[in-house]
Amino acid sequence: MPLRSDLAGRPAAPGLAIGPVVRLAAPAAARRFSGDPVQEVDDLLTAIEAAIAELSALAETVADDGAGILEFQVAMLEDEALREPALALIAAGVAADTAWRQAVEMEIAGYEEGEEYFRARIADLSDLRDRVLSHLAGAVAETVPPGAVLVAEDLTPSRFLATDWTGGGAVALAAGSPTSHVAMLARSRGVPMVVGLGVAILDGGTEAIVDGSAGTVWLDPSPAARTEFRRRQAAAEAAERAAEATIGQPAVTRDGVPVAVLVNLADPAELDRIDPAICDGVGLVRTEFLFHGGRLPDEERQCAAYSRIVRWAQGRPVTIRTLDAGGDKPIPGLTVEGESNPFLGTRGIRLSLARPGPFRAQLRALARAAVHGPLKIMIPMVTVPAEMAAAGRMLDEAVAELAAAGIPARRPPLGMMVEVPAAALAVDRFAADFLSIGSNDLTQYVTAAARDTGAVADLADPGNPAVLRLIAEVAAAGARRGIEVSLCGDMAGDPAFVPALLRAGLRSLSVAPAAVARTKAAIAAAAVQV
Amino acid sequence: MSGQAMTEPNASGTVLLTHEVGLHARPSVKLTKLAKAYAARVELAASEAGPWVDAKSIVKVMATKAPKDTVLHFRAAGPDAVAAVEALIGLVARDFDEAVPDAASV
Repeated sequence: MPLRSDLAGRPAAPGLAIGPVVRLAAPAAARRFSGDPVQEVDDLLTAIEAAIAELSALAETVADDGAGILEFQVAMLEDEALREPALALIAAGVAADTAWRQAVEMEIAGYEEGEEYFRARIADLSDLRDRVLSHLAGAVAETVPPGAVLVAEDLTPSRFLATDWTGGGAVALAAGSPTSHVAMLARSRGVPMVVGLGVAILDGGTEAIVDGSAGTVWLDPSPAARTEFRRRQAAAEAAERAAEATIGQPAVTRDGVPVAVLVNLADPAELDRIDPAICDGVGLVRTEFLFHGGRLPDEERQCAAYSRIVRWAQGRPVTIRTLDAGGDKPIPGLTVEGESNPFLGTRGIRLSLARPGPFRAQLRALARAAVHGPLKIMIPMVTVPAEMAAAGRMLDEAVAELAAAGIPARRPPLGMMVEVPAAALAVDRFAADFLSIGSNDLTQYVTAAARDTGAVADLADPGNPAVLRLIAEVAAAGARRGIEVSLCGDMAGDPAFVPALLRAGLRSLSVAPAAVARTKAAIAAAAVQV
Repeated sequence: MSGQAMTEPNASGTVLLTHEVGLHARPSVKLTKLAKAYAARVELAASEAGPWVDAKSIVKVMATKAPKDTVLHFRAAGPDAVAAVEALIGLVARDFDEAVPDAASV
């Protein structure tokens, strides 16, 4: 069998899978036209009711995000505006299935242009169209065997949710979009998915390898491709098993030194998927999520968001970074526009002190949330001691105001993020209750190589001895003062750097939730005592 | 419902749509559910000139395809028109309660 080389599409959900190809065809609407408009209307309404009942039942069995998609489809089906054109066509003598198909396709046509998000709704409309058509035709849905690679033009969310993915499998689509509901579901269920493969995927082939991370598919893979697949899958499985075995346990090096592993959070929605027992707390909460949409969240809203994270952590420490806008994270109406070099401009604490109103609201919200557990405040982009002093004064004022107003609050420990070389080199001069090294920015400032410029990416290397030496000096300075030092950049979650960070003296690392397992595994494999 | 036929709305108002991906599936479900809680006839448009659509119809609301930063216009006629417009504007202004941490990521 010839190697049908490597079809390239767009990655939609990461992961690697091999399985028999199952092609989903559009349902054949082999239905007899009664010729009686009254009967046709009755059949269509019965089919819509059946589809609503089916979707509602399915919604009961799936979690959060999936249920939201099904609820949307139910709302569309219940809306008389969708069925009215079909009923009019039936009254004019058209068969129920043809009338329904035309009515929904008219609606679909409205989504064929415009932003990708709205184009992605075509899949939802096709989904509910086909579900009603299959009820009209009295068809029974074909079952997909476990572990199959579903191949189709596009895939419907309800079809995805009705498929049992516990036995593995993958999705390969000729069309589709990485922003579709079904792609989101595939990511959250861990089902590899590639979209935009073109029509070549639709014919021929009985078996396929899907690489959802690279966005590629092999139809009828050659022995060489199989060997490569097995090798990579075995490596991935071994790494996963090793990591899972240790994820719930405290991290300890091979020579018995305990290391705290905390998580970085960019969006509280992530909390729903993380068991707090896998980590020793939250080392970094990026509060920029609250400022999406271009408006400033008020104190109440911030307080609710911070309190929820603290309660989730169940007594573990939670370090919340004050707004780090500017640089690569502009916020319209707040950050300074038109700076020639925003990474060296008004960002982090510089912006907060220049715009004290929003900063004060954030400090008040943090002090209020601190009554629910061990919350700590971290200040980003600190360059000179006066900035920490100013932040400390404003925090004191906020706490005093809250006390005067009788609002429950507590003054949380105030720490500094070490990411500017001027701060790293003279860290003993700063008033701080704890230190956290932001290795991403520290690396780009020490190497003078931008994080987002591909041509200098090799220079922006966190493993540069100058960066590691600075990290070791900060760790030593913290130890001399008896304050905690943590590191919360990407290098903490990279097993290649973990031994060097431990040797530099760090005993606390904060990583992305998905990196906890591998970081703990890397710690367990490392030895720090010479 | 033909949108232009509303005579003398009892209430109207505008609000900036700040949701990242515009008036998409989940916000539209919330918006139409809330609109249906009122007896008043409620309409929505992405510009003052219309076209105005039934704010209780998810098909019509989705078809508006309003992207982020659209100014949404509401108008209502009926006994509880003022409360309806106020509630809908509040929902959009609160970003459909989605950016609060309890929201899932749809």
